[in-house]
Amino acid sequence: MQYLLMIYDDESAFAKAKPDDLGQLMAAYQAYTEALNASGVMVGANRLRDSSGATTVRVADGKTQVLDGPYAETKEQLGGYYLIDVPDLDAALSWAARCPGASTGIMEVRPIY
Amino acid sequence: MAGSRDTGEAAKDRAARAAEAAARASYGKLVAWLAAQTRDVAAAEDALAEAFASALETWPVKGMPRSPEAWLLAAARRRAIDASRRARTRSQAEREIVMRIEELEAEAGRDGVHGDERLGLIFACAHPAIDAGARAPLILQTILGFDAAAIASAFLVSPASMSQRLVRAKRKLRDAGIPFVVPEAAELPARLDAVLDAVYAVFTQGWADPAGVDPKSRGLTEEAIWLARLLTAILPEEPETAGLAALMLYAEARRGARRTPAGEFVPLSEQDTAAWDSALIDEAEALIHRAAAHRRPGRFQIEAAIQSAHANRRRTGVTDWLAIAGLYEALFALTGSVVVAINRAVAIGEASGPRAGLAALDEACDENRLAAYQPYWAARAELLARIGDVGAAHAAYDRAIGLESDPVLRRFLQDRQGALDRLP
Repeated sequence: MQYLLMIYDDESAFAKAKPDDLGQLMAAYQAYTEALNASGVMVGANRLRDSSGATTVRVADGKTQVLDGPYAETKEQLGGYYLIDVPDLDAALSWAARCPGASTGIMEVRPIY
Repeated sequence: MAGSRDTGEAAKDRAARAAEAAARASYGKLVAWLAAQTRDVAAAEDALAEAFASALETWPVKGMPRSPEAWLLAAARRRAIDASRRARTRSQAEREIVMRIEELEAEAGRDGVHGDERLGLIFACAHPAIDAGARAPLILQTILGFDAAAIASAFLVSPASMSQRLVRAKRKLRDAGIPFVVPEAAELPARLDAVLDAVYAVFTQGWADPAGVDPKSRGLTEEAIWLARLLTAILPEEPETAGLAALMLYAEARRGARRTPAGEFVPLSEQDTAAWDSALIDEAEALIHRAAAHRRPGRFQIEAAIQSAHANRRRTGVTDWLAIAGLYEALFALTGSVVVAINRAVAIGEASGPRAGLAALDEACDENRLAAYQPYWAARAELLARIGDVGAAHAAYDRAIGLESDPVLRRFLQDRQGALDRLP
């Protein structure tokens, strides 16, 4: 079964982080990605640019509305995702807990249709 | 971190935890008693749920009542009577529960409930007919009153599926006619294994939070030790109960030494023995000596003996890795567990050199099956680093780092990996 692991993080904390800590975090993400690959559960993954680069679009009453910024102005923003294929939710939760994002922010785990 | 809080706060915190522990102990006793009479754990929990919730709120603030059980029973009876005023029709089961509460209240008086049915309930919870994955959670809920969400977090499963698992297990308890008793002597050893496994599972879930940052997890190790002490007191003739209690006490004794004041991870072999809790170690030593006198070794006694060998460093200043490797050998012969095989390889690596350790690791472990098992990769990385195979060690550290969920341990592994580049 496929699960989307969404990483929600505080972007301002990253902007303030020391280069050393940031380097270590990136290395941890790389190691995590490799572990997913080596375990044969990885389907896909991507990092997103900051939510300041987000634009929302909606069509209401036949009119398009385009707005700057993310859908919801919250402290934690979607910063990236992993799509994995594992037997069940318990396995997906274990992988979510291992993601560095689980200790810097919060992981949302959603099953794919 | 310890020490940063003023003593007044700490004392208040201690009092609150003591009140909570008393509420859980009394609650467990009452659930066990009611469930033993009716075989309906869910109904017993329902009857006491509100009383227990208000005890958890009230006692830490106002102090413990003279008889915690009488307090809970009175609150449960008031609630049952209120509920019966609201709804005229009541099920037979509800009527029976109310009757039992009144009966128990009359009997308990001011000194609390006599007799302890908790052991029978623990054996029912760890019955072979109950799904193995539900046993430890069931004990946490029925005996200790933890809610499904807290248990789900500790076991890293979704709260919805944990609730389901618990509901199914309680239905099974009621419908299958599982007896709420301590099994006969002939059956006891096999059944006791399942009970001890469940208690140890409670402990390891709490231990997996090494920083002690999650107050719920911290509670779990204490609750597991409390359960093991209870089992040891009631079943003194079973050496494995004492073995388990000792094993957990040794580990608990080192809790504070696992972190530097700055919050960094300290591996066991580098811990300052002065930071270990010597009272807990002494209690553990006394327990394994008493257990050994029965001359019936078992898994938990051997694991406790390994911990004892580590603890001995507080006296001798060195770790006897040869003895530890031998004990892991005995444990591996008994369990065939791959976790034990990894620890054995680490001990051999310390006793006879990293090449011997790697050989032991390769012999016992199938790399493909352990692709997602962090301790294997961490052990492998350390051994490879020691023989100077920097490239392979680097790759193994990467795997270990990618599989680690504790940020403090991740940082520790990253530091070790970084040190590879500075090797001569």
